Amino acid sequence: MSPPLADIATYLFTAIGLLFFLAGTVGLLRFPDTVSRLHALTKADNLGLGFLAVGLAFQVEHWSDLLRLGLIWALALLAAGTAAQLVARAALTEAGRRRREGR
Amino acid sequence: MIDPATVYGLTGAAVVGIGLYGFLSLRHLLRRVLAFNVVGSGIFLMFGAAGYRGAAVEADPVPQALIITGIVVALAATALAVGLILAYAGATGRRTLPEDDL
Amino acid sequence: MTAPAIDIVLCATVLAVALAAVSGFGVFRAVVFFIVYGVLISMAWLRLDAVDVALAEAAIGAGLTGVLLLSAVARVTRLTGSGSYRPRVNALPAAIAAAGVTVALGWAFLGLPVPRGLTEDVARNLDRSGLENPVNAVLLNFRAWDTLLESVVLLAALIGVWALAPDSGWGGRAGVPQHARRGGVLESFGRTLPPLGLMIGVYVVWAGATAPGGAFQGGTVLAAVLLLVAMAGLLPAPRIAAAGLRLALVAGPAVFLAVGMAGLGWGGFLVLPPAIAKPLILGIEAALTLSIAVTLALLVLGRPEPSTEGGG
Repeated sequence: MSPPLADIATYLFTAIGLLFFLAGTVGLLRFPDTVSRLHALTKADNLGLGFLAVGLAFQVEHWSDLLRLGLIWALALLAAGTAAQLVARAALTEAGRRRREGR
Repeated sequence: MIDPATVYGLTGAAVVGIGLYGFLSLRHLLRRVLAFNVVGSGIFLMFGAAGYRGAAVEADPVPQALIITGIVVALAATALAVGLILAYAGATGRRTLPEDDL
Repeated sequence: MTAPAIDIVLCATVLAVALAAVSGFGVFRAVVFFIVYGVLISMAWLRLDAVDVALAEAAIGAGLTGVLLLSAVARVTRLTGSGSYRPRVNALPAAIAAAGVTVALGWAFLGLPVPRGLTEDVARNLDRSGLENPVNAVLLNFRAWDTLLESVVLLAALIGVWALAPDSGWGGRAGVPQHARRGGVLESFGRTLPPLGLMIGVYVVWAGATAPGGAFQGGTVLAAVLLLVAMAGLLPAPRIAAAGLRLALVAGPAVFLAVGMAGLGWGGFLVLPPAIAKPLILGIEAALTLSIAVTLALLVLGRPEPSTEGGG
């Protein structure tokens, strides 16, 4: 007996999502500086979470759960984007301070 | 074989040990407070896992309620401890206790 | 029943991250690891069917404690400098003692008899409690004593934090003044999120009657909204002498105590008659949520500083 189509879709999309998480984590660990690490983290994590949300959307029991999933993704996007901007700005300020002190 | 409740209970015991090690050995006062929170969290985990054992239909709600209370009280205690550390650091310019200078 | 692989992997990760949080990294990294640890532990609670605890741990254990410690790290570093120091004392005796305690605790845990538990007792009396979520039925009805005293503990801790204020700061604005770049991302984040945060916070409290959630989890979301607004520099932190603020702080414990006293007419302190338990609990929760939100936010902001006096 093959699993229902919805389950196959869930497996597929969560697997793609996990690939993005993996790529983001590798980037976070391997990239040389703060800004490129942020790039890896935010882009990959947001897409990864998006695919996880799409995958889980095939498992909802009530349509209102779709709203919740969408809200979670939107909030995570908003928070991650803001945090990335703040971290990048802090890194920039820190680099500037180091350069001034170095001279 | 080993059941989930036992896995989490033993993990809780190990977390208590890890936190205790940090609490006893770290000198930075904020790190001590952090380690103390790890100890508390391990105790909660042991307690919750004990309440989960023998759960026929659902986890026992009484330990859960007590743990939620504990988490909130732990935050209150942490906030007071952080306030004391900030006042101490402001008064002495230190982040460690003189007793730990050997 | 054998533990599925996910439990083993999760527990191993929890231990690794807990070790990292107390290991040789600097204090900032330790706090970051502690936040990650809190998120992982809340996943452990999900695995143990304790969704209410998972919510509380994620919101309070990881979220608020993380913010509190991160801002404390910045302030302590400013006060004491970031020079190097010997991070540890007595590492070996501490490790031996900790290992001994772990072995003893593990041995004791394995030796515990499987408890009969109180699940059935709670389930049998659930329809008399006014709530359908058994955890909140315990928190707000069966063990209301604990929750009443807990709300008083929060208040006492806040008074303790305030008592550390220097005389010149007494009555002033809580915490250090917060700055955010004008028109920057933090400011727009602070304007976008509060409406959503208020809705989610109130929803979590309301849903707590029948589903996971409740006054503490929802109150923490509301506290986070207050903190975000303060950190984004959109509103100054309140003056701790303000009458309105103090009213908000004591509203929860006061209403709780009043309902408890009214219970004396029904057979005892904190006895809630089943027929009107639901509206009574709703009233307690509404006041309690307000007090929890304001108290938690002020606990994280900290004592008033003298320099905040001139701030407008």
